[in-house]
Amino acid sequence: MADSGVVVGPMPARTRGQWLAVVARQRELSLLAIMLVLGGLVTLTAPQFLTVSNLSQVAVLAALIATAAVGEALVVITRNVDLSVEATMGLVAYCVASLLERHALDTPGAIAFGLGLGLVLGMINGVVVTVFRVPAIVATLGTLSVFRGVDYLIAGSHQVPLAGLPPGFTDAARDSVLGIPIFVLIAMIIVVIGSAILRWTRFGRQLYAVGSNPEAAAILGIPSRLVVFTAFTLCGLLAGVAGILYIMEFGTINGTSATGLVLAVVAAVVVGGVNIFGGSGTLAGAALGALFLGFIANALILVGLSQFWLQAIYGLVILIAVSADAIILRRIQRATAARRVR
Amino acid sequence: MSASVASARSGRSWLSALARWETLLIGAIAGLIVLGALLSPFFLTPGNFANLIAALMEVAIMALPMTLIIVAGEIDLSVESMAGLASSLLGFLWAAGVPLGVAIPVVLLVGALGGLLNGLLVARGGLPSLVVTLGTLALFRGLALIVLGPRGISNFPPAFTELGFGHVPGTLIPWPFVIFLGLAAILGIVLHRTWIGRQIYAIGKNTGAARFSGVRVVRVRTGLFVLSGLVAALAGIILTSRLSSARADAGAGMTLTVVTVVLLGGVNIFGGSGTIPGVALAVIAVAVMQNALRLASVTVEVQSIALGLLLILSVVIPNFAHRAKSAIDRVRGARPPPADSVRHGETASW
Repeated sequence: MADSGVVVGPMPARTRGQWLAVVARQRELSLLAIMLVLGGLVTLTAPQFLTVSNLSQVAVLAALIATAAVGEALVVITRNVDLSVEATMGLVAYCVASLLERHALDTPGAIAFGLGLGLVLGMINGVVVTVFRVPAIVATLGTLSVFRGVDYLIAGSHQVPLAGLPPGFTDAARDSVLGIPIFVLIAMIIVVIGSAILRWTRFGRQLYAVGSNPEAAAILGIPSRLVVFTAFTLCGLLAGVAGILYIMEFGTINGTSATGLVLAVVAAVVVGGVNIFGGSGTLAGAALGALFLGFIANALILVGLSQFWLQAIYGLVILIAVSADAIILRRIQRATAARRVR
Repeated sequence: MSASVASARSGRSWLSALARWETLLIGAIAGLIVLGALLSPFFLTPGNFANLIAALMEVAIMALPMTLIIVAGEIDLSVESMAGLASSLLGFLWAAGVPLGVAIPVVLLVGALGGLLNGLLVARGGLPSLVVTLGTLALFRGLALIVLGPRGISNFPPAFTELGFGHVPGTLIPWPFVIFLGLAAILGIVLHRTWIGRQIYAIGKNTGAARFSGVRVVRVRTGLFVLSGLVAALAGIILTSRLSSARADAGAGMTLTVVTVVLLGGVNIFGGSGTIPGVALAVIAVAVMQNALRLASVTVEVQSIALGLLLILSVVIPNFAHRAKSAIDRVRGARPPPADSVRHGETASW
């Protein structure tokens, strides 16, 4: 697809290539650096940015998106995409909230049901992609529509109010342990466990193998379809977790809850340095990407720009991140090719 | 895609004609019409048919360039946001006192420029169209919100709203349907009867081979995205006219229906095959289905279940038919397939 391999003139290949390789590999570091600089600039114009309450508010919202983004990253690493995460989040959020409102289940039971529902919805995506062999984009665009339709069908015009939830249910969004908000702890635990699985288990290595070269993975005897199915299932499960966090954060749930969040989730993954061609990227990167987006959203409001700019900026961030990835990748390839010639 | 192979085989020509995707679609439309007539006595009235067509025309118009793009092996998810941006910009310019004769060309130009942005990033930048157009899906919608904000503009002159709302004098044919037919005829001829169309199929079948055969892949791909942006802006103008209101959220959610119509029309999601007449039939099928569901008092929100299933099935059914056919051929021993050709088919369907 890419017109790579075009060598343009001589250049100091070695040093430049190495420098770019460092930047590319340390996407997490460069994101942090950009956030520090931006944070400094915003603090100059709006001092309330650098307060504990504001920063923890940013982190709590980012943790919600980060949870879903970790699942999305698993799928994107296998060279697929899941556009249905927002519908999974919405459906899980409404079902759990509704069960709690009608006292059909107690709190742990309802949460377990929500996680199970997310898992099943993820499995449906996995089956459509791996068994029915529908490309992920079409499959998840379809299930986005189906899951959202089911959500409307169940919810109708009903809205679960904050008062309908058990007392204390939404406290988790505001409480913290040892000064760290509970949401952030949950997201961190998910990132740590997920990263450990990717790094030290066979499944983790298979995930990267399937994404970086499906044909080679098949020749090596890796069960690619099972790996992709598992990635979609885990993505559904994590979207379920994010759906439950959504109830705790916002309290009021109806059939349209979580609409439009898929763009934030995909943007977080792309900004976090997960390669959209599959095969590379880290879960910590995806989570940092979510933090970066939350940070920008907060800075926008504090600087006094209207909320309407947010969507345009998400779009720009996706385009810039993808272009930067492609440019860096091409430079590295060119540099390594030049080195080999030497 | 398998139709030409099937018809080449003698003896079972009626069977292959029956199995043609277009024939199946006509059958489905007939079945849906019977179902609709059973559901409601108003279904088979000319007024209802005019309504059923008019409600889907923006989607149908955007599906035409989308057909060309998917045949070329790409996708454009940003069309719904471009329609929204067009509506928003038109409303903004009209409210600012710009005459429509100036505002409409400006909006169309913005549509073409938005398409050019997609085209340059995909064709020249070598980036995957899925992610690029997901980015511009957010970008264009964001720009629409920035331009118009939450307000709606609705004091358009009657001559303008006639474009989307009115009928050809003396008939019940809505004007947008005439625009759709004209555009379908032009793009149908371009795709099926000119060298440009052959280049589009060549790019979709095998980009590398097309490039080595002298097809200017970058130029053709860029042109397709420009066309898509331009037509999406046109659809946004028609939508504004039909609803006689300009809003920043116009067209939200339409991309799903556009892609569903195109794939239901028998266009292969992997590129390289598909026809404009097939997509036109799919437009009618979806219009009839939505109308029948509405008469059965299924709400628009719940209809999205049917639409999503239809999208998935329109890829699953040809996949299975293809696999079933090669299995039957293998059992009959008509032509023992070489081992590597079988594997080829499998990787293509994955």
